[in-house]
This record gives sequence, C-alpha cells and structure tokens, in this order.
Amino acid sequence: MNQRENLDVGDIAPAEKPAPHVGRPMQRLEDPAILTGRGRYGDDLGVRPGTLHAAVLRSPHAHAELVSIDATAASAFRGVCAVLTRDDLRAWSRPFVVGVKSPMEQWALAMDRVRYVGEPVAVVLAESRALAEDALDLIKVSYTMLEPVTSIEQAASQDAPVLHERVGTNVISDRNFRYGKPEAAFDRAPHRVKLIAHYPRNTCAPIECGVVIAEYLSNDEGYDVTSNFMGPFSLHAVMSLALNVPANRLRHRTPRDSGGSFGVKQAVFPYVVLMCLASRKVGAPVKWVEDRLEHLSAATSATARLSTIEAAVENDGRITALSYDQIEDCGGYLRAPEPATFYRMHGCLTGAYAIDNLLVRNRVVLTNKTPTGLVRGFGGPQVYFALERLMQRIALTLNLDVLDVYSRNFVPANAFPYRAAAGALLDSGNYQEALLRALTDGRHTELVARRDTARKEGRFYGIGFAAIVEPSVSNMGYITTVMSVEARRKAGSKSGAIASATVSVDLLGGVVVTIASTPAGQGHMTVCAQVVADVLGISPHEVVVNVELDTQKDAWSVASGNYSSRFAGAVAGTVYLAAMRVREKIARIVSKQLDCTPDDVLFSKGRIYARGAEDRAQPFGRVAANAPHWAPALLPEGEEPGLRETVFWSPPNMEAPDEQDRINTSAAYGFAFDMCSVEIDRATGRIRIDRYVTVHDAGKLLNPALADGQIRGAFAQGVGAALMEEFRYGSDGSFQSGTLADYLMPTTCEVPDPIIVHLETPSPFTPLGAKGLGEGNNMSTPPCLANAVADALGVQDIRLPMTPSKVMALIGIDDPEPSRPEFRDMSASKPSTPGGKTLTAQGSVDLPATPEAIFVVLLDPTALAKVIPGCHALEAKAKDIYRADVTVGVGMIKARFEAEIGLSEIEAPRRLRLAGAGMSSLGSARGNGLVELTPIETGTRLTYDYEAQVSGKVAAVGGRMLEGAAKVVLRQLFESLGRQAASKPIKGGRPWLAGFIARFRGRA
Amino acid sequence: MKPAPFDYMRAMSTADALDALAENGEDARILAGGQSLMAVLNMRLAQPGMLVDISRTEDLTAVYVDQKAEQLVVGAAATQGSVEWRATLRDEVPLLAMAFPHISHFQIRNRGTVCGSIAHADPSAELPLVLAVLGGTVHLRSKKKHRVLAGKEFFKGMLMTARAPDELVEAVRFPMRAQGERYGFTEFSARHGDFAIVACAAVISDTFIRIAVGGVADRPVVEQWPCIEGDDLRSSLNDLSWKLGAQDDAHISAVYRRHLVRQLGWRAIREAK
Repeated sequence: MNQRENLDVGDIAPAEKPAPHVGRPMQRLEDPAILTGRGRYGDDLGVRPGTLHAAVLRSPHAHAELVSIDATAASAFRGVCAVLTRDDLRAWSRPFVVGVKSPMEQWALAMDRVRYVGEPVAVVLAESRALAEDALDLIKVSYTMLEPVTSIEQAASQDAPVLHERVGTNVISDRNFRYGKPEAAFDRAPHRVKLIAHYPRNTCAPIECGVVIAEYLSNDEGYDVTSNFMGPFSLHAVMSLALNVPANRLRHRTPRDSGGSFGVKQAVFPYVVLMCLASRKVGAPVKWVEDRLEHLSAATSATARLSTIEAAVENDGRITALSYDQIEDCGGYLRAPEPATFYRMHGCLTGAYAIDNLLVRNRVVLTNKTPTGLVRGFGGPQVYFALERLMQRIALTLNLDVLDVYSRNFVPANAFPYRAAAGALLDSGNYQEALLRALTDGRHTELVARRDTARKEGRFYGIGFAAIVEPSVSNMGYITTVMSVEARRKAGSKSGAIASATVSVDLLGGVVVTIASTPAGQGHMTVCAQVVADVLGISPHEVVVNVELDTQKDAWSVASGNYSSRFAGAVAGTVYLAAMRVREKIARIVSKQLDCTPDDVLFSKGRIYARGAEDRAQPFGRVAANAPHWAPALLPEGEEPGLRETVFWSPPNMEAPDEQDRINTSAAYGFAFDMCSVEIDRATGRIRIDRYVTVHDAGKLLNPALADGQIRGAFAQGVGAALMEEFRYGSDGSFQSGTLADYLMPTTCEVPDPIIVHLETPSPFTPLGAKGLGEGNNMSTPPCLANAVADALGVQDIRLPMTPSKVMALIGIDDPEPSRPEFRDMSASKPSTPGGKTLTAQGSVDLPATPEAIFVVLLDPTALAKVIPGCHALEAKAKDIYRADVTVGVGMIKARFEAEIGLSEIEAPRRLRLAGAGMSSLGSARGNGLVELTPIETGTRLTYDYEAQVSGKVAAVGGRMLEGAAKVVLRQLFESLGRQAASKPIKGGRPWLAGFIARFRGRA
Repeated sequence: MKPAPFDYMRAMSTADALDALAENGEDARILAGGQSLMAVLNMRLAQPGMLVDISRTEDLTAVYVDQKAEQLVVGAAATQGSVEWRATLRDEVPLLAMAFPHISHFQIRNRGTVCGSIAHADPSAELPLVLAVLGGTVHLRSKKKHRVLAGKEFFKGMLMTARAPDELVEAVRFPMRAQGERYGFTEFSARHGDFAIVACAAVISDTFIRIAVGGVADRPVVEQWPCIEGDDLRSSLNDLSWKLGAQDDAHISAVYRRHLVRQLGWRAIREAK
C-alpha cells in the first residue's frame, strides 16, 4: 500500500556505502521485552520499603478564592501519614519560574486561589492509594466562588475578571513583530484575503499517565526522583529552583519504557516538585500515579488559539505579505516552557512559502482552564490550521486552482538553504516535487473524477490539500523571542539544541550506548543500534542501548529529552559522532599493529582489518578491547586507556534571536504535502475519508519502518483532532471531558491507512542528514481534512473538531414540524446552547393539595427535610437559609452533598425562588429556579423552571448522562414535595419561617 | 481512581445471591460482568457496601431455548459473548444477532452480561432496546417472590428500573423469531462501539411496523403502526422524533437527534423490509 522512493542522497552514510543497517527497516529491539510483559514502565518499578502513596485533592471549581483548608479529619484517618497543604509550601519551595517577565505566581499547590478545575489543593500520603483516596473526602475546603474566564474573547476583553490580581490583566504577553515591509505590501496588493481560525484545546493522550516516585533525603542531599517526565531538561532547572536546591541535589531518573508521551509528559514536572515536597512533609518516599481523570482534566492541553490571518495577494495568487493576529489561551497559569507554543513556530510562520513581508501580533491570555504545554505538533497545528485554510480561501477568492497557488508560492527548490522572513533557515527540500508526487502517487485525477460523479449524483465529496514545513530540533533560544530586544540584551542570549551521547566498549568488546533522549516508544534503541552497528561494523543485535537517564551519572544538557522531533536529527546524529570517535580511537590504536594508516583500518561484519588484508581480519571484540582495557602499555603515545566516548553536539546553525527578532527556531525543517478526499453522509453528517495521501521529506530516513510508524501515529492523532478530540468546558469553567468516553480518540476502526510517500532531501545541518518527521501529520491532517470538507460542502467557517453534529449543521437539517403541536411540547421548551451552558429542567406536577398547604411545607424545615429525597438532615442556618445534608443520585450513582438552600422572592402561596449550592466528593453543584403554584380543580399545579450547574468529577465524567440526570433529580424533588404536602397535614410546631417572612415582609 | 471500600461476596448459588440481597438491600450491588459497574465504582460514583459476585454462579449462566414458550432464555450471569456466539442465534432471535456487533467491542461482550445491561438500564444501550421492541420479559426473583415484567414495566428511566433492592434480575427472555416477522437494526455512534447517539430497532410483519428508539428519551420507546409507507411513514417517524423529547447537550443538538431518528428509523424499517 505504501510507496517509498529513495532519491539518491549522495554519500552521507556513516560507514561504507550502502550501509548495512541505517536506512533499512529493522524490527525493533525494544519489542521482545514489551510484548512479553517485561516492560519497565514507571508504575512497574520497585519502590523502597515504606514508600507511601499519594492522592491529590483537586479543585472542583474553575475560579475561586481558597478560603480555608481543614485536613484534621483526613490526617487522623486510618493509614494516613500526612497531608501536604499550602502552608507547607512557603518554607520549602518557591513559585515556578515564568517564561515572561510577570508577577504571576504558580506554586506546586494552589495558594490564594484556584484557577482551573483539577488544580491541586492538597496531597494525602497514606499506606495505599485507596486509603489516600478515602481520606481525600475528609478534607474540608472552603471556597468563595469567582466569576470564571472561559473563552479567549472574554479573557482579552477589558471588563473580564482578572485571574492574577498582581498581573492586573489576563493578557500576560503582547508582542508585535514586523519583518520586511508588510504594510506597504498590503497597500499595493490587488487582493487581501482574510480568515479567522479557531483551534480548540485538545491533547495527544498517552496510554500511560504520569508517574512520580520521590524521596527527600536530607537537607544536604536534596531529593532523589524517578519519574516519566520526558524533558526538555531545561525544566530540570525550573524544578530545582522551585525546590530551592542546587540542580545537583535534585537527582532525576527516568524508567526505560514509556507508555507514550507525545509531549504531554513534559507536564509531569510540577508533580515532581509536588511529590518531593510531599516526601519531605511525611519523611518517607512517596509514589504518585496519575489516573485518567487527573490526566485528562489537569495534566496539560494544547493551547486554544484564535487567529486572524490575512494575506496580500497578487492576481496570480502569489502572496506578497502575511499578517497574523494570534491570541493564545494558555490556561490558568503561564507554565514553563509556555509561551513556547507560539515561539516554536515563530521562525517559520510563513510556512512553505517564499513570503518576504510578515506582520505578527502574539497575545497570550490566561483563562480558567488547565495550563497548556507540549502536545505533539506543538504550535504547528495552531499555525497551519489558519495558514492552510487560508491557502484554500485565496484560491476560492481569486478563482484559481489551489495547486497553482501552492506552486507559485512554494520556496523554490534551488533556493535552499532559504532564510524565511522571521528567521527560519529552511535547510533543504523540494516542495514542488512533493506536490507532484502527491498528485501522481495519490492518483489525483481519479479523485477529481470521483468528485465529479458524486456531485452529479447529489453526494458530498471534496478534496483537500495541506502543505506544511515541519520543524525539528528546537533552538532552545527561541523562547526568548517573546522578550523585547532590550530584555534579551539584559538577560543574555540563549541558543542551541545540545544533544549528547556516549558509546563505550567493554572488556570483551561489547558496545553500550547511552543517550539522554527519554524515548516514549519511538524505537530509539533500535535506531541507535543501527547507527552504531554501521560505524563499528558489528550487528545491531550486539549493541546494547540504555535509554534510562540519570541526571547525576549521564551526559545531558539543556535540550535533553524527547520533544521537537529531535531524535533523528540530533540524537541519532550525536550517537553517530560518538561512535565515530570510538572507531577513530580504535583505528589509531590498531593501525600500529596492522601497519597501516588509521584511515585504512576497516570495520566490517564484526571484524577489524587493514584495507586489502581482509584475510587477516580479527574479531572486533578482541581487537577493540585489548589495548584500551587489558594492555594499556600497548597504547600509542598520548592515547588514553579505556574506551568510552561522549559527544555533546549542537547544530551549527543555532543562534539567539537577532536585533530584528529573527530567529532560526529549529535546526532542520522537513516537509509534508497532504492530499485527501472525503465523502460526507448526507443523512448523518459523518465524514468518511476516501483516500489520504501524505508525502514526507524528512531528509535521510534512518529506519523507514519506524518512520512510517511515526507518520501513522501522527496521522491517527491528526484525524482525532480533525474529527472528534476536544477538551470541553462549560460556561462555568467546569471540565467536561474526563473519561475516554467523553474525550473521544479515534480507534483503529476510524483511522484509514494513509498512502505514505517519501522523498529524501538530506539536511546539511545534521550529522546524518536526517530530520524529524513525527509531528507532521498532527500539523497537516486537520487543515487537509477541513479543506476537503469545505470543498465538499462549499462552506467557509469550519470549526474543529468536525463532529457529525456540527457537519450536519453545516449541511442544514430539515426539521419539519410534527403533525400535532402537542408532540412539540414534549420536546425541550427552552433551547440551550451546546458547548457552554447550564443544565435546565422545566416541568409541572399536579398535586392533590391546596397551594397554601404546599407552601407551608416549603417554608418548614422539618417538613422540607422530609420531602427532599435523600435528605439526612436539614437545619435553618439563618433567615431563609437552610443547611442540608442530602444524598442525590440517579440509579446507583449517588453523591452526598453538604448543601446550602436559600429561599427568596417569596410570594405566599404563589411562588418562590429556591436556590441551592452544595459540595460533595464528586464535585459541586448549584441550582436556582422558580417554583410556582397555581390552583387547579384537583388541587395545585406546581411548575418549576430550573437551572443547575455542576462542576468537578460529576461534570467531568457525567458526559451524556448529565442532562438527563439533572432532570431526574429535580423531578424527584418536586414530585416528592407534592406527595408530602398532599398526603397529610404537616405535624409539628407552627411554620416558624412563614411567620418570620411575614414579619420581614411587614417591615418591608 | 480506586473504589471506596466494600465487602465482597461470591455467590455460589442463586440462593446465596438472594440471601445477600435480602440482608443488605440497597447497599448491595450485583457484580456480573462488571463492564459498567467497575468503572462507576472506580470513579466512586457509586459506593455500595457490598458486591455480590454472580459471575461464577453456575445456575445463572444458562442460555437456552424454551421451546414451549418460544423464547430464548438468558441467565443473569450469561455473557453477551455466550449469546452472540450461538451458531443458531440468527435463526432464534435475529434482532439480537443484528444488535450485538454494535455493543462496544468483543472484548467487552466477552465479559459483559445481557442481564447486567438490562438491569443497568442505560438509555443508549442496545439490549434494552431489543428487549423492548421484541416484547421480551424480565424475570425478577427475591427470597420472597418471583415476578415477570415486560420491558415497558421494567424500565423506569435513566439508570432506573422497577427492580426492588432485594431482587435479582434472574433471567431475561427474548421471543423467538415469529413467522412472517422481519427485523432491522441501525445505530449511529461517535465511534465504532460507542454508546448510541440514536439506535433504532424495527420489527415488521404483514400487518404492522413496530419501531423502538434508544439514546434519545430516558428509556427505549416503542411505537407500533399499521403497514404505512412513503409520506405517512415519514410523518409518523417525524412525530416520533418529536415525541421523544430530544434535548440539547454539550455534544449534540436536539435538532440533530430528531434528524437521526427520522433517518435511522427509515433505514431500520427499510432494512427490515
């Protein structure tokens, strides 16, 4: 199914050409252990005896003052050893360093306020996780609700509530950039084409969530941590500073195996700090394993972005200038390395196109949602969803073929390396060739014919394209682009993308490779073994690759870790350089014995020999290890004993942002050109991907099978982002995607097999000519599918994810009236807006009692306690205010709430307003509604019109049940109210509240 | 995500299970396949004091045809898989055979039980829909008595049924294929195996069209019409789509649900024809 072509890439192979291993598919060395249950994931690792288990109490509210935390009962609970709260934090820690100059503070626990649902408020340390979770329910937290900020538009508006008072605004960063002469180009252009793009919050959810095992050793020794934090290890400095220890006192280790990262394991770092503090509090090692709800609600998210993008366009479709006005939602806190989502892409904001003039405004806003961070594609999906939708819009506006618009704007193949307007140095590529290959290998003409046929038959069929430049190996200096030139001057310049690798040969000639790349399933062990095998002339199976990382023992640096598609370009290249050093040292040593020059020492098939003397070849193991280990006296003058080489490498083209804010954000830039066709079911709005073609140029491919695996994985996530994945929030900031039944990821049934085509234009800047390719389809697939849907339906405004419900709304639904109006009344009388809303319920019950009798019940706490279903106790707290202990639920699903109920707008015996707010271990709920009593022949008709909001766990996992459940609970309430009022006269004392109200009303 | 503490009891016989239910009432829950219950327990949405495990209660695992009653009998502990993989199912209860592939994935059907799904009464679940449209029965047993309810009497609303706390859904019975009856089943869900956004099951004979809709109202809703077609059928389907009282929720609009009822209802009936 997949086609691959290896263009002649010249002599870049590490060993003799053709290389026996690099460039060929090879089965993964990782797999035997993983497939036979011997994987060593974070949760599998043994822990020290006495290790305690942590459970995190999290905020059910999006925005609230944290008034008080009472952990007395939880601390006394069986099995509980300690509870970490904010009071402990000031003594032992500091706020996290922030990526922009700002008085914003984020600590490992919420301090003065909570700013998103799921924010950690306290940590229980107990003998088991189950006991720790039991105790969570016993912590009493008092909150004062604040109005939440739940949209980008709201956050950026003047009158929005401010999340961080000391910052004074939710716009925590606002930067303008100008490259070339964009205003002049816009003035001159015959056409201006504009588009507004919304990119939603989403993620790339791994199977394995976060794991931290932390131990506080002593004041002098600091902390020892094992976690599945994936880097970038610049954040190791952030953790050390937060813990107030020198970096060498925070030992961090990573397990060998990872159940997926996709960027999101970057967000484990705040929990490393939190669990270190927890261990310090309790005086024992602490283990925390993030569960799915914690992960989805509170780990991290891709940024949501609102982009206004505009192009100045010539009549033939050539773009002379581009303007971006981007507003980024980074959540409740600007957490390091944000606002990196913006700046990772900054140098290549002009995409694959030769556009000299560029105007950019970047605003970062804070909202009451989970802090954002690395998610596969990091910044690319947001940029390309705007840019690639714009390319289609330009073609439509100017009535051009979009393929001509692409061809006319692509960076010419002979222009590489090409300096893009904002500073990216596009290293190599042939974009025109990639486009042609997509059309030919993807059989474009056939798709056009299918579209013609379909349209004749009245079916919706569309074709879409997307072209993306895929940056890999990030320049660690890019984040400083957010600072002004003056601020950068003051702070000192930052740059580079340092990779490190160590290759050693042991006493019997065994080769061990260690790297600081914290892999998450990509096959780093396999590729490193292939690279080293080629250099040393041995078999990959003889090479041991240890991918665990220990910050006290291994070679690592700022850019270490598993992100920005840096493995192939940087890490594998550095492994190659380290292996070459080993080889050169061996060559120098054995050339003396073989009586040849070091260049004439050859390594092949596990042997070493002098050129032309293969018959006298000796085994690698014996020759390589002999002098360095067993006979240092034989070493040539000046040669060190031992055989272990560590190389630190940084790309040669990595500078800090210049005075004009130009920044080469990445070392290498791959390319992907996608073409797809979709058919949309007119009856359901379901999008079926008929064909998907993705052409990649990632330079030299090290292992094509793994490359295809990366493409398939990114494609699946791209399909998810396009069609179903979104973190949903209510208008009250409640999080509504807390399970994998609510946060929908595509399964194998929903993801077609793409046609993959490779070009190989090697990078001149990486040791092996390789570039990254693992993120391309996260960037290209959503706009490619959106363009196809827009083409199919002839619509403009496409919002992700393109769920059937939304697509059907674009098609338009014929919703005929029922034959009898009363059928209509059985449907919702009050439409509510999907997405952000309250739960509503309206209804009426006919009761065989007078309005007066019913009203008495409503005003009598004793009677009210009887009518509220599941009410255990109800007492009057103040005038018109009751405190209730009540269990509510649907079927077996139940929650016990401590609620406050207030009566207002009382007009006996006609109407009153009943408002309630409650907290339970499942979250918080508040409701407010009008109850009206109308006398009818048989008694009274009680009508209610109610609104409710729930937040916390119930909202996060309730999903499709929530609406119905709220109705059930409210109906139960009012029906039993009626039954109680109707059955018998209320016993007990006089309706004291009625008297109270009468007095009150009399006064008023 | 650990459940709250509970006592666990494995019932060796139906009598064991009934004793436990009689003793603990509402505080006890039956654990059969656990495919709904375990998730709810782990999230602490339910915190029963006792789980009565009937998954290995041998006298409850039977699946057999009651020839006299012309019914397929499925015991409380019988997995969906054990019914689905019956070689004769397509002849016995064709609509069940049509519905099973829509129920999640086969791994889950190998654990989940038929009676468990009925007892859970999820408004989007397929098995309650099939039971309702076929006019099947739910057999409830407590220490004191045994009673038989039709689907309409049993399903009381979202996750709510007529089961008393001391009762066990001992078995459900699906009427066998009737002479001249034809069947259709259509479902629309976000992904393969997800809960239905809308599911429709149709039974057609020479004299009637019976259709049931799941996923919209708080329980499966059944309607029966004479053998109408064309505009009459469209109009009846449209009325039905309104009568279900579709609601907007965070994901899906009421208009879209009504649309799906009309579309899927039509398809189910066409499939049955």
